[in-house]
Amino acid sequence: MPNKKDDVYGDHISARFNDELNELKTQFLNMGGMVESQVEQAIQALVESDGQLAEKVRLGDKQVDKMELDLDEEAILVIARRQPTARDLRLVISVIKMVADLERVGDEAKKIAKMAIKLTEEGQAPRGYVEIRHIGSHVLSMLHDALDAFARLDSEQALRIMKQDKQVDEEYQAAARALLTFMMEDTRNISRCMSVMWVLRALERIGDHACNIAEHVIFMAKGEDIRHSPMEDAERVVAR
Amino acid sequence: MNTMNSTVTSNTETTGAHAVPVQDERPAETIIQEGVTVGSPYVEDPKFKLRDVEVFYGESRAIKKISLDIGRNEVIAFIGPSGCGKSTFLRCLNRMNDSIDICSVKGELMLDDQNIYDPKRDVVELRARVGMVFQKPNPFPKSIYDNVAYGPRIHGLANRKSDLDDIVEDSLRKAGLWNEVKDRLDATATGMSGGQQQRLCIARAIAVSPEVILMDEPCSALDPIATAKVEELIAEMSESYTIVIVTHSMQQAARVSNRTAYFHLGHLVEVNETDKVFTSPDHELTESYITGRFG
Repeated sequence: MPNKKDDVYGDHISARFNDELNELKTQFLNMGGMVESQVEQAIQALVESDGQLAEKVRLGDKQVDKMELDLDEEAILVIARRQPTARDLRLVISVIKMVADLERVGDEAKKIAKMAIKLTEEGQAPRGYVEIRHIGSHVLSMLHDALDAFARLDSEQALRIMKQDKQVDEEYQAAARALLTFMMEDTRNISRCMSVMWVLRALERIGDHACNIAEHVIFMAKGEDIRHSPMEDAERVVAR
Repeated sequence: MNTMNSTVTSNTETTGAHAVPVQDERPAETIIQEGVTVGSPYVEDPKFKLRDVEVFYGESRAIKKISLDIGRNEVIAFIGPSGCGKSTFLRCLNRMNDSIDICSVKGELMLDDQNIYDPKRDVVELRARVGMVFQKPNPFPKSIYDNVAYGPRIHGLANRKSDLDDIVEDSLRKAGLWNEVKDRLDATATGMSGGQQQRLCIARAIAVSPEVILMDEPCSALDPIATAKVEELIAEMSESYTIVIVTHSMQQAARVSNRTAYFHLGHLVEVNETDKVFTSPDHELTESYITGRFG
């Protein structure tokens, strides 16, 4: 019978169950790291007109897709073997859902890379690049922090990420308005500005996915699903 | 944008199993306090109202001030590690502990506002109202028919043979056994499969029209198919009976019960809706037990 603290909070009796859950977490973080670097390189390829780097990102998405399949398989096996409960169950289910978010982030990175290739071929289009750098760096840090919050099961950090989403939306709106004025100034700008707009849109979506991951981290830590709830509810749950 | 490698760094922090210090997230509810149960141990208009129940085996206290309501037509599961008192507590509900000389029960135990431990109470009548199914199927070495008819006979529930036939058929039907045995009611019960024997014991319990059925690990000696049949039966029976089930199978508790009660070292640590217990329990100890972190 446990009377030491370690016995109560300690590991599973089954060491292999520990290994399986750990493997799941590690694989997820590896995929997160991969996706992060995809986004980072896609933005870099775009602003530096580096067609080769963009091509590398485009091909890298296949690996992201493979990681998604592997992780889903691993998660299904854990459920089949262990019938996890409580926090273990919340971890496995959250991973299954967050993997979908990461995969979508990977797709957005690929989109940005394609735009980078297109824009590089068409020649420089410096309009909107400042905004892309700015929003890009913002959503990248959100994504990074979301993965970090997952690794540390840090619901407070997750909440901070969710609160940044509105800011990204506002930055996106402002950038879109600026691009619109360029297009109105000179109709020859429209094609390029539209490409930049797609990139901004992709970045804004990446911010949304980071928020989704943050919501799952709160579910994992607190056991309460705060999706589609007002921010005050999330704050209340995290403060508990 | 210097974030490329940093996630990989954080991977190493998670290589230790559950390296994340979960206790920091859930500071409260980590200690057992005598007589304090986390969650929702009380219901309105309960079938059983149990307050400050203590059970002693000689000097040693096996149950420590447990208070709990059991609702009408509720299926409540008792879970917990071996020796936590769940079976002892279950056996208080129809005074099965009476047969153990050194065992004494204190506290308030009410069935429909009547004291279960009233010295004037007829224990045989109590056990007709609160039936019991045990871990190992224990049919009498008699025919299938006589096993089910035994209770109604001694309780004088049937005056005529045809009444008794009706009770036997009805009980066997409710236990999901009728179609399997209707052509061999005179065959000896011990020749049946384990799963059939257990369902026969359930039919025997039902035959005296109880209000409550106590089940002490009813499926632990059964194969998965027989287990599934008994669980199906529990679901059907919950419409007419209050069912209290002790089980070592967490999945079984999750499947069959409305509420789950977690026992630990003679304390009732947590009672909550089963769905809550298995997704997000309130007490650390419950969490540790159901996730397989200690035994």
